[in-house]
Amino acid sequence: MNLDFRKYMIGAFIILSGLVLLGRLFFLQIIDDTYKASGDSNSQRWVRQYPARGQIFDRNGLPIVTNQAAYDLMIIPKDIQPFDTAELANILGISKDVIKTTLRRLTPKQKKSLLSYKPAIFLKQLSAETYAVLQEHLYKYKGFSVQARTLRNYVRPIAPHLLGYVAEVDSTEIKDPYYKIGDYIGKSGIEQFYEKALRGKMGLNIYQVDVRGQIKGSFLNGDLDTMAVVGSNLTLSIDAELQTYAEHLMGKMRGAAVAIEPATGEILMMVSVPNYDPALLVGRVRSDYLKLSHNLGKPLFDRSVMSAYPPGSTFKVAQGLAGLQHGTLTPHSTCGCTGGYTVGRFHMGCHAHASPLNLPQAIGNSCNSYFATAFRRILDNKPLSTRENYLQWREYILSLGFGEKLGIDLPQELSGKIPSAEDYDRKFFPTPESWRSLTLVSLAIGQGEIGNTVVQMANFAALIANGGYFYTPHLIKKIAGRDTVPPQYAEKRFTKVDTSHFEAVQEGMYYAVTGAGGTAKWVAIPEIEMCGKTGTAQNPHGINHSTFMAYAPRNYPKIAVAVYVENSGSGASWAAPIASLLIEKYLKGETARPWMENRLLSFNLYDNHAEAN
Amino acid sequence: MQRPTNLINGIDWVTVGLYLTLVLAGWINIYAAVFDEQNASIFSISQRYGKQLLWIVTAVSLAVAVCLIDTRFFSSFAYPIYGIGILLLIAVLMIGKEVNHSKSWFEIGSLQIQPSEFVKIATGLALAKYLGNYSGKLMQTRNILILAAIIGSPLILILLQHDLGSGLVYLAFLIVLYREGLHQAVLLFGMLAVVLFVLSLLMQNVQVYLVGGLILSGFAAYQYKSKQTKLTLKGIGFFCAVFVILFFVNLLTGSRFDIHELLLGSAIPVFVFFVLFAAFRRLPYVRIIVLFIICALVFTFSVDFVFDNALDIHQQKRILVMLGKESDPKGIEYNVIQSKIAIGSGGFFGKGFLQGTQTKFNFVPEQSTDFIFCTVGEEWGFAGAFVIVTLFVTLLLRLIFLAERQRSVFGRVYAYSVVCILFVHFFINVSMTVDLMPVIGIPLPFFSYGGSSLWAFTILLFILLRLDASRYEYIR
Repeated sequence: MNLDFRKYMIGAFIILSGLVLLGRLFFLQIIDDTYKASGDSNSQRWVRQYPARGQIFDRNGLPIVTNQAAYDLMIIPKDIQPFDTAELANILGISKDVIKTTLRRLTPKQKKSLLSYKPAIFLKQLSAETYAVLQEHLYKYKGFSVQARTLRNYVRPIAPHLLGYVAEVDSTEIKDPYYKIGDYIGKSGIEQFYEKALRGKMGLNIYQVDVRGQIKGSFLNGDLDTMAVVGSNLTLSIDAELQTYAEHLMGKMRGAAVAIEPATGEILMMVSVPNYDPALLVGRVRSDYLKLSHNLGKPLFDRSVMSAYPPGSTFKVAQGLAGLQHGTLTPHSTCGCTGGYTVGRFHMGCHAHASPLNLPQAIGNSCNSYFATAFRRILDNKPLSTRENYLQWREYILSLGFGEKLGIDLPQELSGKIPSAEDYDRKFFPTPESWRSLTLVSLAIGQGEIGNTVVQMANFAALIANGGYFYTPHLIKKIAGRDTVPPQYAEKRFTKVDTSHFEAVQEGMYYAVTGAGGTAKWVAIPEIEMCGKTGTAQNPHGINHSTFMAYAPRNYPKIAVAVYVENSGSGASWAAPIASLLIEKYLKGETARPWMENRLLSFNLYDNHAEAN
Repeated sequence: MQRPTNLINGIDWVTVGLYLTLVLAGWINIYAAVFDEQNASIFSISQRYGKQLLWIVTAVSLAVAVCLIDTRFFSSFAYPIYGIGILLLIAVLMIGKEVNHSKSWFEIGSLQIQPSEFVKIATGLALAKYLGNYSGKLMQTRNILILAAIIGSPLILILLQHDLGSGLVYLAFLIVLYREGLHQAVLLFGMLAVVLFVLSLLMQNVQVYLVGGLILSGFAAYQYKSKQTKLTLKGIGFFCAVFVILFFVNLLTGSRFDIHELLLGSAIPVFVFFVLFAAFRRLPYVRIIVLFIICALVFTFSVDFVFDNALDIHQQKRILVMLGKESDPKGIEYNVIQSKIAIGSGGFFGKGFLQGTQTKFNFVPEQSTDFIFCTVGEEWGFAGAFVIVTLFVTLLLRLIFLAERQRSVFGRVYAYSVVCILFVHFFINVSMTVDLMPVIGIPLPFFSYGGSSLWAFTILLFILLRLDASRYEYIR
């Protein structure tokens, strides 16, 4: 049998198969239009389905932010036919001229241009009322249609800074292909930080349209369509009632207050005043934003996490811990104080109190001399150089949560300031290393080049309450659909100060509220053992900031608070009573000291300025 | 000894050039398929394109190594290699790792190896060895059984791994046997079987029409061979009479059977009568026609059984989706639709390198492996697809040319094995991306991402080139 011809059969078969494939490819790629899905195609219309944004609740499930319906009036330029502009202007509540100029702006110069096939937003965010009226008349306006969107609805006018706001994407954000011009995005606060969870998933419907733009059905039976997925609801660790109360107390002040649950790091309350009603930043009228940004009180500035305040005397507690860890201080070290700290020509004043004092008493009485001595002992510890001792000290302070971002879930968080050795080298140029312990001695009492955010101070109080560790403060309690909060918020962070050293400072803070000569005795809460530390922070902007940090109850702490009231005076006068009332409110549900509330509510910033002058 | 020089002169550089072109084109398209801006360097080893480069370098080294092996090794050790291959297939069934329903991978550390890729080579060698000894007596029953065993053993073991795709590749050896003298009727019957299989799945009541159609074609064939017109007409008349009677009886008794069942009911007595009549009269040709009809019927009726019992659910689904019987937009059909959109949207010149939107946003699953051809279609358009298809066809024709110039049966059979394995891979793979065939997970030779398959195809090809380089030596 001669089989030679079979090689031609096989070769022919292979060539034939190749031709079949090429034929199929030619059909798919050149002839058939079915599979050319494209947003630019004249035969398709891509309609995005906007999901509702996730809602935000407080720790007890009270709604803070929900959604309200809004309607965008859309046009497809090529479909527009002459209509009664006066009537439409009347319905929409805008002038005829606005309608004409908008139409002119949206209609491309070339009739054939692809742009004239694409839906464009004619007027944003109609209210439900306007929409109801418009809908009855919509049939008269060819080429107009309405697209439903959701806007933010603020159930309680609280916490604008931490919530942040939602607005249209700008050109830098549009690089993310998820967003198109006109889409909304979280711009700050929680809305920005949890944007991915809150926004849900955009859906897409692709319709087949004929030459007149009439929808003829789904493209490819809707196989490419995707459903919109509603955004995840967030439960915050915020206690809405406590937040409301704090904003009420501090209503006329400038400053910030933060409360943290020490056992979890959950932020219970976070106030920055002056603030604003978050509802102002929703909707068409963006002029409110301008008004707010020009306000002298800087209400848009989040003082709780952005402002680097001088810590003042509250920092003495950190100073004590650093000394104990460094070994240059023991809880029983005593130091005499003769109304101030004097070295040669240098003098740092101190108020009148008993002398000599040990560490807890020094904290309780807030003795300047004691901590100036303690701090200089650290820096002059031989045989190391001042610089080396400073670096060691800085390590301790950084580990206590100062000088670096804590990593809370707010995009605007700043780091505060604990200067590096190089900063001092530069400052004391041209003789680096010329700085000595006496040069830096104001750091001992929380003044000088250092600064901390209020949340750092609250975290410091929580850390002392816990006896030496903390959890990264955070606002998130639960993201719907996920079992756990992000793992970085469930991790215990220990400091470089041994836990055995904390008892002495705890005692000192208790002494400040209860002990003889304690600086905050008058704000002690009936039936609750509170530990606290006052601070009176000198600053270049006028009279002192009043600061106070505290936690309670002493033995099983449930809340740690830090309060700053700008330019108001001593720590004991304003910040301490605020903290005291907040703690009482949180632990008891109500306060029994209306006189104290009234005193705070009578606060007037300008009175204080007058005093200062 | 001038062996290296001889080797360099003897190697078919045309094939080597085609091989390298395809491998590099594959690499570029894998880069496009898994490209993301964060890891833009084509050499980034954490990405698939970086790894593929590693596979390519090792594959080229393997190719050189294969070329340095003495030719006699392949023929002498054909059976032992085949034996090891079979043992590996058995081993993978026991200790293999399951990926995508198929238990066909060995996992050694982070390296995954699919032995069935390599067993193809072994089977080709064994087939070549056997036919080299017994060429020309292909139609003897004993030889056919042994050949069936050589091809069938790995095939069955691979089907046991639930790897239908790799199993199908073994059908390629039928073409090799065809070249070596297999009766063409076997190929024809094979194709007929495929057509019947598809038809019986595709249509309801298809059995009825097949029975009718087969009986009619039986009559027609008989009529053609024997010219007994009168008898045929009688048969048709008899059939119509029975059908009319049954139709009215059914109508009067309350329409319990539908029209298909009535047709079948009329055809069967006619068929039985015809068979008895023919047997009685000892009419010519009737035996073979009756045998054919019975075989076809048995096959048709067994399709459902085979389909339901022998195939996995995902395989059934793929076939049904391909035949348009089942819609499954987010599952398998989704894959095919996305693939078609990717290729279809390429147009004539494509969207350009790294510009494919379907490719970029990972619409097509498995895009760097089995669906790599999508990237070609989308980014390089019809022009690019044309070039790649032409390259493959050219390579295959070149290999047929090499096969025919072998002086030993061993060399020729092995060469045809290479041709057929590559052809089946190429054709099935491209066909599934353009929806001409159901989704069968086999790679595009030299093109798809994956070390196992690239190495296997490289060894497969370079053994042939090695044999070709010393074709003037005598090989048993």
